[in-house]
Amino acid sequence: MTKVTMTVNGKSVSAEAEGRTLLVNYLREGLGLTGTHVGCDTSQCGACVVHVDGKAVKSCTVFAVDVAGSDVRTIEGMANADGSLGVVQQAFQDHHGLQCGFCTPGMVMSSAALLAENPRPTEAEIRHYLEGNICRCTGYHNIVKAVLAASGQDAGAMAAE
Amino acid sequence: MPKDTGIGASTKRREDVRFLTGRGVYTDDLSLFGQAHAVMVRSSVAHGRIVSIDTAAAESMPGVLAVFTGEDFKDVGGNPAGWLINSRDGTPMREPKRPVLAHGKVRHVGDAYAAVIAETYAQAKDAAQVLADATVIEELPAIVDMRAAVADASNRVHDEIPDNLCFDWGWIEDNRAAVDAAMKAAPHVVTLELTNNRLVPNAMEPRASIGEYFPGTGDYKLTTTSQNPHLTRLLVCAFVMGIPENKLQVVAPDVGGGFGSKIYHYGEEALVLAAAKRLGRPVRWTAERTESFLSDAHGRDHVTKIELGCTKEGDILAIRTETLANVGAYLSNFSTATPTFLHGTLMAGPYKVPHVYVNVKTVFTNTAPVDAYRGAGRPEATYSIERVIDKMCRELGLDPFEVRRRNLLTPDQFPYTTPVGLVYDTGNYQATLDKAVELADVAGFEARRAESAKRGKLRGMGLSTWIEACGIAPSHLVGVLGSRVGLYDAATVRVNATGTISVMTGAHSHGQGHETVFPQIVAEKLGIPETSVEIVHGDTAKIPFGMGSYGSRSLAVAGSAMDRALDKIIAKGKKIAAHMLEAAEGDITFADGKFSVAGTDKAKSFGEIAFSAYVPHNYPLETLEPGLEETAFYDPANFTYPAGAYICEVEVDAETGKVDVVAFTAADDFGNVMNPLIVEGQVHGGVGQGIGQALCENTSYDENGQLLTGSYMDYAMPRADDVPFYTVDHSCATPCTHNPLGVKGCGEAGAIGSPPAVVNAVIDALHSGGHTHVTHIDMPVSPNRVWQAINA
Ligand code: FES
Ligand code: FES
Repeated sequence: MTKVTMTVNGKSVSAEAEGRTLLVNYLREGLGLTGTHVGCDTSQCGACVVHVDGKAVKSCTVFAVDVAGSDVRTIEGMANADGSLGVVQQAFQDHHGLQCGFCTPGMVMSSAALLAENPRPTEAEIRHYLEGNICRCTGYHNIVKAVLAASGQDAGAMAAE
Repeated sequence: MPKDTGIGASTKRREDVRFLTGRGVYTDDLSLFGQAHAVMVRSSVAHGRIVSIDTAAAESMPGVLAVFTGEDFKDVGGNPAGWLINSRDGTPMREPKRPVLAHGKVRHVGDAYAAVIAETYAQAKDAAQVLADATVIEELPAIVDMRAAVADASNRVHDEIPDNLCFDWGWIEDNRAAVDAAMKAAPHVVTLELTNNRLVPNAMEPRASIGEYFPGTGDYKLTTTSQNPHLTRLLVCAFVMGIPENKLQVVAPDVGGGFGSKIYHYGEEALVLAAAKRLGRPVRWTAERTESFLSDAHGRDHVTKIELGCTKEGDILAIRTETLANVGAYLSNFSTATPTFLHGTLMAGPYKVPHVYVNVKTVFTNTAPVDAYRGAGRPEATYSIERVIDKMCRELGLDPFEVRRRNLLTPDQFPYTTPVGLVYDTGNYQATLDKAVELADVAGFEARRAESAKRGKLRGMGLSTWIEACGIAPSHLVGVLGSRVGLYDAATVRVNATGTISVMTGAHSHGQGHETVFPQIVAEKLGIPETSVEIVHGDTAKIPFGMGSYGSRSLAVAGSAMDRALDKIIAKGKKIAAHMLEAAEGDITFADGKFSVAGTDKAKSFGEIAFSAYVPHNYPLETLEPGLEETAFYDPANFTYPAGAYICEVEVDAETGKVDVVAFTAADDFGNVMNPLIVEGQVHGGVGQGIGQALCENTSYDENGQLLTGSYMDYAMPRADDVPFYTVDHSCATPCTHNPLGVKGCGEAGAIGSPPAVVNAVIDALHSGGHTHVTHIDMPVSPNRVWQAINA
């Protein structure tokens, strides 16, 4: 066990970790940040996506010690300073982009990363980018709509109801 | 003008805020003081005799607290099947014991035969490996293929069941001779053999359970990923562990999807409770995804031969099917109902078919148990019917839209008794078909096809007109059909002294949005703001009773119970108001949140009445109890019958066999719609799963019973770029005639209606490209299968 320190959601934090401790377990068990989920054991589902130094990363594929000192953002750090939902979060609520909520943290983190790279993605670009995030509930329709809306595009016009 | 509150409003979901900010609380998110970790030890062979398990090495490993094997549970009960099905000859189905941990034999890869409990998860995992290495299992030949299973009596999944057959069921046996005669006399008979592919439900949250035991009181608590905590309590207490029901609290907190797989009680739930008691500490278990693939109940897995007798003009005269249905190694709780009463009873579809006979043989194999998965039996029925009708159209050169119109029941025929035992109460199947045709722009299809052709693609259009029986279920009916439980539901409406309301409902929300929708109904009915109403669910200690959420039953059954309880609240409110307003009770009316004396301006608000009930200073105490809280149990009079028409358009690349779903239209009749935003989301999700079944998902075991598709690397889940935007409509509503809300249920529709629409579209595309020798392709219609079919 070693103490691993990093910045999470703007705060410097540290917790014990073994060499084999994954970032997702460090966040969930070490820091109690259970918003980041584990949906698989093969790095396929994307439920665990967080941002590491601004990039979307599957936190189940990264050892905590390897990102010591990094700047990590999780779903718990996505709301506005006043506690209201951030733009992507609000779009997911407005467009019913979540049902059971289990894939949602990963979806929001991936979508935010997409929009940071590509502020006005096309429908096809959104679908392609979210290929690494599995949702079993929504059929993706409203997730894609939510991302379009979060980018300021007219989601209703693009997605027939 | 759409409403912005109450019934019919697209109220945004209140639960979203916690899920979007990472503050949902799923079972695995809980961390309890002193908790220990369980890891299951699972069979790596499909079929074997357990020769010996040497636990010593594992027990001496660091952090290990206990090891359990099948021996520890051999004297407790088995996990039962909920429905008793009789064979055609009247003999009851074979019911092998399903133990908490396998004892004597392991019967599928992933069958748990031991569990290790340790201080940390890593320690438990390490010791589980050591235990597996110290176990001797004599491997037996695996029974995987259903036909082989029934053909070879020498090889048995359960030693006491000679032919691996659970039952041989006929529905309705008395119809058989008439069906045979009608088939013989029919001018044309279409025959189709098809497979309804085996699926893994794959809720994104893996199963998890935490057991606690409180020695001071002898109470247990189980926190678990369940769609129906009360049923789990009943099964754990009354059948498996012999704990009095009042001594076990079952909590299903936020649950990350179910789709059927979390209806059932699983052995891990009993294990964590037993371990918690032995160790005096909370014991937790969470499945890895690989374990979910190996041990969650799978879905579908039917092999069917369907015959359809018809006139040359396409009037359906008779339908006859023979199905082999896989139940896997053990009977899961609903596994015997799914291929029978959720499948055979739907085999007339939405059509006027005079003669129908269904035969289902359910077969034990060395594979994971198979049970209800979104739609459960009804997708299998719909797929068989809609595919064979499509084949009929091709054989006779008929238009599939025209043929549906000829055969669909008409609105004047309701209530309609089908030849397979259901009474459809209401519907307008022509209306949903017309709506789908309009929304899908069927008229413009040929132009789109020509445009696709320019790009070298074959475009096809497929139709399915589907019906289901849901709102599960009228107890008197399911009792006749073999159910061992009642399928009513319950609700308590508690009006607090300050006028806010808590509703304790037996429905369980694991994505459906009950926390938002149920308050809309309460608000509408009581004339108070939605935000004054809170829903409590998923905790046997807080809610009166409930059978949970599946079978599109939440609103139709639990919602109706809530509606009944609200009626009682209003009735009592009228009594209180009559006293306070010094009027006769019969003169009190209730509207817009006010109790008024008819014809006067004398009134009391709902809040004033609630306050008076709890501060009964001016109150008819001699005749009325104080307080304002009512409970209702609701048992539906009939199933509900949602129905609709789905049209799928695909483009096929004939060079590669790749199929793209380019458009999908769903026109449904769900009866009254409480929240369109949520209803449409349910359809999207169901259609997404249906497209997944049709195009990519498949569960594959090799001949040794090894699961080849045990991870997301091998099991193709539909992803965002596999599906289009869907067009959905629910405007052609014929309200359910027998429940107070007029609702029919919408949760399973998409998964039921869509697979045949997709496959019909693929066949249509291939025919348009001249590949008319292709009459059928089994799901999933993967590039490989499509290419093979084209080039056969
Ligand atoms: S948990 Fe990380 S990709 Fe599935
Ligand atoms: S909302 Fe349930 S998995 Fe996406």
